[in-house]
Amino acid sequence: MRQKLARLVGGVAIAALALGGTAACKSDSGTDEASGGDGCGSKIAFFGALTGPNAALGINMNGGVKLAVDKYNKENADCQVTLVPLDSQGNPEQAPGLAQQAIDDTKILGIVGPAFSGESEAANPLFSEAELVHITPSATRPSLADQGWKTFFRAVGSDFSQGPAAGRYIKDVLKAEKVFVIDDQSAYGAGLADEVKKVLGAAVVSSDKVQGDGKQNDFSATVTKVKSSGATAIFYGGYYQEAGLIRKQLTAAGVTATLVAGDGVNDAAYIEGAGAAAAEGTILTCPCQPATEARGSFVDDFKALNGSEPGTYSDTAFDAANILLAGIKAGNTTRTKMLEFVKGYSGEGVAASYKFTETGELDPAQVKVWAYKVEGGKVVPDQEVPRS
Amino acid sequence: MNFNALFSDFGGYTITGLTVGAIYALVALGYTLVYGVLRLINFAHSEVFIAGAFAAIWGWAALGLDRDSVASGFGSIMLYLLVGALIAAVASAGTATVVERVAYRPLRKRNAPPLAFLITAIGASIAIAEAFGIYTRRLPVGAPTIVKPDLVLFEVAGTEVTMVQVLVIVSALAMMVALDLFINRSRIGRGIRAVAQDQNTAALMGINKDRIILVVFIIGGVMAGVAGMLYDIRIGTLTYSVGFLLGLKAFTAAVLGGIGNLRGALVGGLLLGLVENYASALFGANWKDLVAFVVLVVLLMFRPTGLLGESLGRARA
Repeated sequence: MRQKLARLVGGVAIAALALGGTAACKSDSGTDEASGGDGCGSKIAFFGALTGPNAALGINMNGGVKLAVDKYNKENADCQVTLVPLDSQGNPEQAPGLAQQAIDDTKILGIVGPAFSGESEAANPLFSEAELVHITPSATRPSLADQGWKTFFRAVGSDFSQGPAAGRYIKDVLKAEKVFVIDDQSAYGAGLADEVKKVLGAAVVSSDKVQGDGKQNDFSATVTKVKSSGATAIFYGGYYQEAGLIRKQLTAAGVTATLVAGDGVNDAAYIEGAGAAAAEGTILTCPCQPATEARGSFVDDFKALNGSEPGTYSDTAFDAANILLAGIKAGNTTRTKMLEFVKGYSGEGVAASYKFTETGELDPAQVKVWAYKVEGGKVVPDQEVPRS
Repeated sequence: MNFNALFSDFGGYTITGLTVGAIYALVALGYTLVYGVLRLINFAHSEVFIAGAFAAIWGWAALGLDRDSVASGFGSIMLYLLVGALIAAVASAGTATVVERVAYRPLRKRNAPPLAFLITAIGASIAIAEAFGIYTRRLPVGAPTIVKPDLVLFEVAGTEVTMVQVLVIVSALAMMVALDLFINRSRIGRGIRAVAQDQNTAALMGINKDRIILVVFIIGGVMAGVAGMLYDIRIGTLTYSVGFLLGLKAFTAAVLGGIGNLRGALVGGLLLGLVENYASALFGANWKDLVAFVVLVVLLMFRPTGLLGESLGRARA
C-alpha cells in the first residue's frame, strides 16, 4: 500500500513538473515576440562563483549587481528588470553549460561577468557567437582581450597593469632582493605571477606551483622550499583560500617574509583563513580603488541592501551593471543594439570613469592600481602604486 | 628533477609527510572498517570527518577561544585538546550513526543492490557538505591556536620536529594501537571479526548484526573525529569543501595498504603522505597528485590487494 501511494505521488509530481515546464516555455516564447519595443521584463545576468571554494569574491560582486538592479527597479517601477544569478562555482568546466543557459534565455540582454579568467576562457567564445555582451568586473588575465571576442568588455585594468605594479611594489617599496614566487596554475594566478617575474627578474630566487580550487590544504613542501630559499618577500598568484592557508602555514614554520598577492586574495575571507596574526602586514594589489571609497552613497546603500560591507569589485560590478541598465533604459532591447551601446559607452561610475578600447579593455588612462595592507585584522588601503 | 631541494631538507620533508600521512591513516580506518564488515565504500565518511573538524572549532569557540586566541599553560592546553577530541569524536560518531541509520540500514533491510548504497553514500556526502557550506556561508573558518605551531620539541640530524607534528603522529599511532587491540582482544571486537567473515553465520551464533554494524560506524566516526581535531590543529583553517579531497586521499591510503586491513590503513596513509611530499620536493607541488597516483597504480599492479592484503585484521586467521 505504501509503495503504491509513493508511486502515485511520484507520478503526479512528474506530471506536474512536465506540465509546468511546457507552460513556462510557452509563456517565454509568447512574450518574446512582444518584447521588440520596450525593455520591460528584460533580464541581466551575473556570471560568477556564488558557491564553491572562491565564492566570497563572486558574492561581493553579485551584491553590487543586485544593488544596481534594485535601484533601477525603484526608479522605473512600471518597467522592471530582473537579475539572473548564474552560479559557475568559479569552475571552467561548468562555464560553457551555464553560458548556453544564459544564451538560450532571450530575455537576458547583457551579463556582468564572468568573474574569473579561467571561466571566461571557457564561456566567452559562446557569448561572442551569440552576440551577448558581457562586462567583467574582475577577470584580469591579459590575453582575454586578444581572442577576438567581439562581446568582451573589461571594467578593470588587466594583469598587464596589476602584475607589473605588484612587481614594482616589491622592488621599490618593500625593497626585497630575494623573492619567492608561487602560483596556483590557474589562468589568473599563473598569468599574474608571470608578469611579476618579468619585473623582478633576477630577484626571483625560486618558484613553486601549487593546486588551487580547494584541491590542496597542506603546503608543507612549498613552505619548506620558501624557508630554505631565504626569501624576504613572497608573491602568490591565486585566490584567497589557498593564500590564507599558505600564509598561516608559512608563519607557523617561522617564515616572516612579507606575502604580496593580487586581487584574488583581496578579501576579508583571506584574513579569516590565515588568522589575523599571520595575515598582518600582507600586501594585496588590485586594479581597483578601495570599495569603501566609492563615490556617492554606494557604501551605505550596499550595506542596507546586502547586510554586509562592500568587498573587492562590489563597486566595479555595480558600475558594470549600471552600464547595461543604462542601455536598457535607452531602449536597446536587442542583444545587437546592446552590444553597440556598450561599445560606444562613456560615463562615470562610482569606482571609475568608463570608456572601452577597440579590444574591450578599459581605457588605460582610467586604470589605477592600489596596494592594500592587512592591519589589525582588516584590509586597509595602503597607497596607489606609482606608475613606472 | 630537483634532487637538491629534496636532499638538502630530507628530514623536513619526511616529518611533514608523516604528519599528513597520520591524518590520512586515521580517516582511512573508517573506510577500511566499514568495507571489511559490509563490503561497502562509505563515501560519506569524508563528511563524518568534516563534522568532527567543525565541532572541535565550535567547541573551542564555546569555551571562549576564537580564531586569534592562543592557548597557554600545559594544563589548559591538555584540557582543550581533550575537550576538542571528545566533542569532535562525539560529533563524528553521531554523524556516522545518522548516515548508517538513514542512508544504509533501510537499504540493507530491502536487499538493495550495491549500486544503490553507492548512490546514497555520495548523496549523503554531498548533502552534509552543502549543509556545512550554507551554515558557514562557504567561508573558511579559522581555528584557535591550541598548540603553538613554531614550538620545536627536539631536533634530529638537523631537522626540527615541532610539538604539533609529534602530537599528530603520536596520537594517531596511539589510536591505531588501541583500535587494533580492541578488535583483536575484546568481545565486541570478536563480534566485528565474526560479522566480517560471514554475516549470516554470525547472526546464527547469536551476534546482533545491526548492533555490530552500528559499532563499526561509531568506531570509524571516533577515529575520523580525532583526525578532524588534529587537522584543525595542524592546518589551522577549515573550509566546508575540504572533506572530499581528504576523503579521496584517505580512501586511496586504505586501498594502498589493503582495504579491510587495519594495519594496512596505517601503512598506506603514512606511505601516501611521504610519497606526496617527496614528489612535491622533487618535481614541484603541482606534480604531487600525479606521482602519488602513479605510485598507487604501479603498486596495485604488483599487489592487487594492497601492501598488506585484504582482510579485517587477521579476521580469517
